[in-house]
Amino acid sequence: MASETLTSTGYIKHHLQNLTFGKHPDGSWGLAHTAAEAKEMGFWAIHLDTMFWSVTLGGLFLWGFYKAAQRATSGTPSGFLNFVELMVEFIDDNVRGSFTAKNDMVAPLALTLFVWIFLMNTMDLVPVDWIPQVAHLMGIEYMKVVPTTDPNATFGMSIAVFFMIIYYSVKNKGVTGFAAELTMQPFQANNPIVKILFIPANLFLEGIGLIAKPVSLALRLFGNMFAGEMIFILIALLYSSGVVLALLGGVLHWAWAVFHILIVTLQAFIFMTLTVVYLDMAHHEH
Amino acid sequence: MNINLTLIGQSIAFAIFVWFCMKFIWPPVVKALEERKKSIADGLAAAERGLKEQELGEKRAAEVIKQAKGKAADIIASAEKRGGEIVDGAKQDAKTEGERIIAAARSEIEQEMNRAREALRGEVSTLATAGAAQILGKEVDASVHSKMLDELAAQL
Repeated sequence: MASETLTSTGYIKHHLQNLTFGKHPDGSWGLAHTAAEAKEMGFWAIHLDTMFWSVTLGGLFLWGFYKAAQRATSGTPSGFLNFVELMVEFIDDNVRGSFTAKNDMVAPLALTLFVWIFLMNTMDLVPVDWIPQVAHLMGIEYMKVVPTTDPNATFGMSIAVFFMIIYYSVKNKGVTGFAAELTMQPFQANNPIVKILFIPANLFLEGIGLIAKPVSLALRLFGNMFAGEMIFILIALLYSSGVVLALLGGVLHWAWAVFHILIVTLQAFIFMTLTVVYLDMAHHEH
Repeated sequence: MNINLTLIGQSIAFAIFVWFCMKFIWPPVVKALEERKKSIADGLAAAERGLKEQELGEKRAAEVIKQAKGKAADIIASAEKRGGEIVDGAKQDAKTEGERIIAAARSEIEQEMNRAREALRGEVSTLATAGAAQILGKEVDASVHSKMLDELAAQL
């Protein structure tokens, strides 16, 4: 694996390193060649592998669904169009179930989230060495193929959701309504002075609640996928430790992959459903 | 695992994907689904209507058949009646004609008989005279016995 020595630690570390492009401390721009170099770049760097795979998979989703959507008629659907309609109806049912306000953006948002996250998670099922090995042959040192194991990707989505929550809260409740929601509960009082005294405590509790939404969304998805990826990497280590362990590794790999299909789907679904629920809360007083 | 610009890149990509999905994917698919739902509902309603119409049609057909049967029975009855009349008429005609023919034949026979009788009558005197002459051995003068001969002829 690359220039590092093939120790277990090195192998794992190599697999957890993103292909980073950014500004070196000396001022020049370029790829980071070691994990330390990538760290030194700080905020002004970009993970090329995460961006490439997420945009490619997102593009694949949009392209496929767009093709199908153009062929959509009221006649008999066939093949992929059938699948697209199934997905759309599934999402539509879910959104109708948990989103009660009127907003044309929520259902497409939920569809995008679900399919996109599902596709990104599914990259986890590709054996961990295949794509990095091909990339290595092409001269690319690092390649992390599962974008959702990069917190940047999950936080990127959840922060976008967070801004939508704030936007719709302000839009539907007004600035004062939203502020009241953050400061007038859970502790309530009729006496104005007590009310004012309660504001810091309320703001603290509600503020945590508000911030917890994007953080939990992002960390849940990241944590699940990162743990899954890590187990795949550990299982992959078994392949280089003798015939018996390699066979065991094969069995474990298969079993974990089967179980992981559930996690892949479930995490995509949870992210989507919670986003819809949060947006629904942003549309209603409570 | 460093937090960096990728975060913003992902947010932008996400926003663009959602916008694209909202603009170009969701509406046509949902529209198609709605249209299909409507056309299925229409189809079911049409089928219902068709069934009802069929029922009505069957009822109407049964009525028409019943009427037609009645009419056919009437026609057959009147035809039978007319046939009987025609046969009766024909029988009557035949009888009349037969009687007429018989009468004609009878009168002809009568005429023939009379003619034969007249002819015989004409010959009687000659025969009688000749017979008498044979019997008497002498000539009989017809003019002398004409009165008697006429009487004889009249007896025929």
